Amino acid sequence: MSESHVKTLELTLIESINLALNRAMILHPEMVVLGEDVGVNGGVFRATEGLRDKFGLKRVMDTPLAEALIAGITVGMAAQGLRPVAEIQFMGFIFAAMEQLATHAARLRNRTRGRLSCPMVIRAPYGGGIHAPEHHSESTEALFAHIPGLRVVIPSSPVRAYGLLLSAIESNDPVIFLEPKRIYRLTKSNVIDNGKSLPLDSCFILREGKDMTLVSWGAMITETMQAAKILASKDIDCEVIDLATISPFDRETIVHSVKKTGRCCIIHEASRNCGVGAEIAACVSEFAFPYLKAPTSRICGYDTIMPYFQNEQDYLPSVEKIVDTVVASYASKKEAAYANI
Amino acid sequence: MTTVTSNSINKEQLNFSISRYSLLNNKGELSEELPESIADMKQALHAYKTMVLGRAFDKKAIALQRTGKLGTYPSILGQEAISTAIGVALDEKDIFAPYYRDLTAQYLRGVSLKEMLLYWGGSEQGSNYQNCKKDFPVCIPIATQLSHAAGAAISLKVQGIHQAALVTCGDGATSKGDFLETLNLAGAWQLPLVMVVNNNQWAISTPRSVQCAAQTIAQKAIGAGIEGVVVDGNDYFAVLFAIKEALVKAYSGKGATLIEAVTYRLGDHTTADDADRYRDPKELKQAWKNEPIKRLQNYLLKHNLWNEDKERKLIELVASEINESVQAYLDEPKQGPESMFEFLYESIPENLYDQYAEAKYQRFQTEIDKM
Repeated sequence: MSESHVKTLELTLIESINLALNRAMILHPEMVVLGEDVGVNGGVFRATEGLRDKFGLKRVMDTPLAEALIAGITVGMAAQGLRPVAEIQFMGFIFAAMEQLATHAARLRNRTRGRLSCPMVIRAPYGGGIHAPEHHSESTEALFAHIPGLRVVIPSSPVRAYGLLLSAIESNDPVIFLEPKRIYRLTKSNVIDNGKSLPLDSCFILREGKDMTLVSWGAMITETMQAAKILASKDIDCEVIDLATISPFDRETIVHSVKKTGRCCIIHEASRNCGVGAEIAACVSEFAFPYLKAPTSRICGYDTIMPYFQNEQDYLPSVEKIVDTVVASYASKKEAAYANI
Repeated sequence: MTTVTSNSINKEQLNFSISRYSLLNNKGELSEELPESIADMKQALHAYKTMVLGRAFDKKAIALQRTGKLGTYPSILGQEAISTAIGVALDEKDIFAPYYRDLTAQYLRGVSLKEMLLYWGGSEQGSNYQNCKKDFPVCIPIATQLSHAAGAAISLKVQGIHQAALVTCGDGATSKGDFLETLNLAGAWQLPLVMVVNNNQWAISTPRSVQCAAQTIAQKAIGAGIEGVVVDGNDYFAVLFAIKEALVKAYSGKGATLIEAVTYRLGDHTTADDADRYRDPKELKQAWKNEPIKRLQNYLLKHNLWNEDKERKLIELVASEINESVQAYLDEPKQGPESMFEFLYESIPENLYDQYAEAKYQRFQTEIDKM
């Protein structure tokens, strides 16, 4: 693309997703978009707005209301020469599609020894915080992270949403692309529409620090960054890592960071039990144990069912909770160090 | 709004039937002249030979399983006509999404007997078809292959390729959402798709009567706005004609067809099953009278296209092809443990390097132990 055509736009996260879809449709003639209400309506969050007018009925398909079918035909299309990007309207409705994702999308390459593959993306808005009805606010990324063969990607800013969605579409592996809808329209930033993708095998270090590694992703990056700022005023210098690719994740960057800081805290919106935080904590313990100055802690959603929206703020980890946990962990460590003298 | 008496309406809706299309009776006699599109006798002879090979392979596969040389295997006994007709009817460039009793269709598409043995013998290599590279592998989770075929049909349509996707399933699969969701989409989007239901009367131990109250499975097509056809699944010519018609319709952009091929599962569900626990022996005895191979053989004998001498030679040839394939399968070295990682993603993710190294070391150790 000639540089003169590259535009810089000030966009929200949802707008940058729309921009990435647009760009990818231009770059990849084999790409199609499908899902419930993605055509005329442009998606319930407007992620696919304008695509049908621009690329036509053949490439932007309104499907019947059937999630298992959407996932199944996406597998079929991907295996036979297309590059489908399907939308599941809300993550809470993805369970009907789970059989197709786990038994076929994730396995087709392996079971045919590479003869067929699934270059496909399933996009779904996920997470709480927008006062939505029941079943519209869960974060179940760990369920997908547990399935070998799938890639699970979660952006946390407009720039990363653009670059990561492009790389998800370009990947020849099936990608579950979860969009934190709480920050869909929270902030705007400058996105360069240059068609450049971001790597799917790397974390992003958003803030460098020497005292404590904070690992988070999705909407919780917002609270984590705010907490890091407050902690800096308390002389605790935090390094903030956006995990971004949940599975298979970039272990090395995290372990490297913890070796430097000696402390790790993982912040996620999903329930703690068997959450992705457990895997990261285990890796830190396995690969950075001699460097640890304090136990690794996790700040997560409660191990409860996601409450209806009257209580959703009680469920979501707050900035205060992050600050308090980090301060306590930092203190316990100092005491522990003195106790060894 | 007009008020109606629901009773009378309901009865009218329920009491209709789709007649079962057939051409060939058990004695090998035709009820009408063969339609021109299927009257090629060279093709009929080839189909007969394939059916005989399929049945012999089936017998061998069961024997291999019983002697510990093959994993669980699903017999195709009695259902050879449906699968063979599919293999004959399909064009090379069509896309086939098989279920697990499509041995002869797959064989005609170019899947080797060795590949089939590797698949049922527990190796992923068995689905890495060297011919028919675009066909889907055998699908074990019931009915999930139907939407893959629909996806393939969409892909053909989007790319402007005038071919079709053909998918098979059993009668049990028609109870699943995947079947109904695919049927619905096939109608709504006028897909170049042929859905063939191998109605062999059984889903493991559950008979067709428990599966569904509809008089035919084919009539489910009506609710989706597409054509539903019932054929005698033991009548090779009838099945072939129905599939060919459906394919021609698909090629010309006129949409999908649901074909219910009625047959009978003469074997157990798989080698892990014992049908004597739930199947009436009288019913089985009756079903044997309608089996498809004898029927086609009668036809060929009647028309002097076949004789005892040819039959003897065929059996010898089939036996040697099967034995060679079995030997090739048994000689195939087991994949190394590292193969688990090599096809998981397009390239091996960095955080799997340590596990990959462990698997490679495992192989190394096994090889050292052998020395």
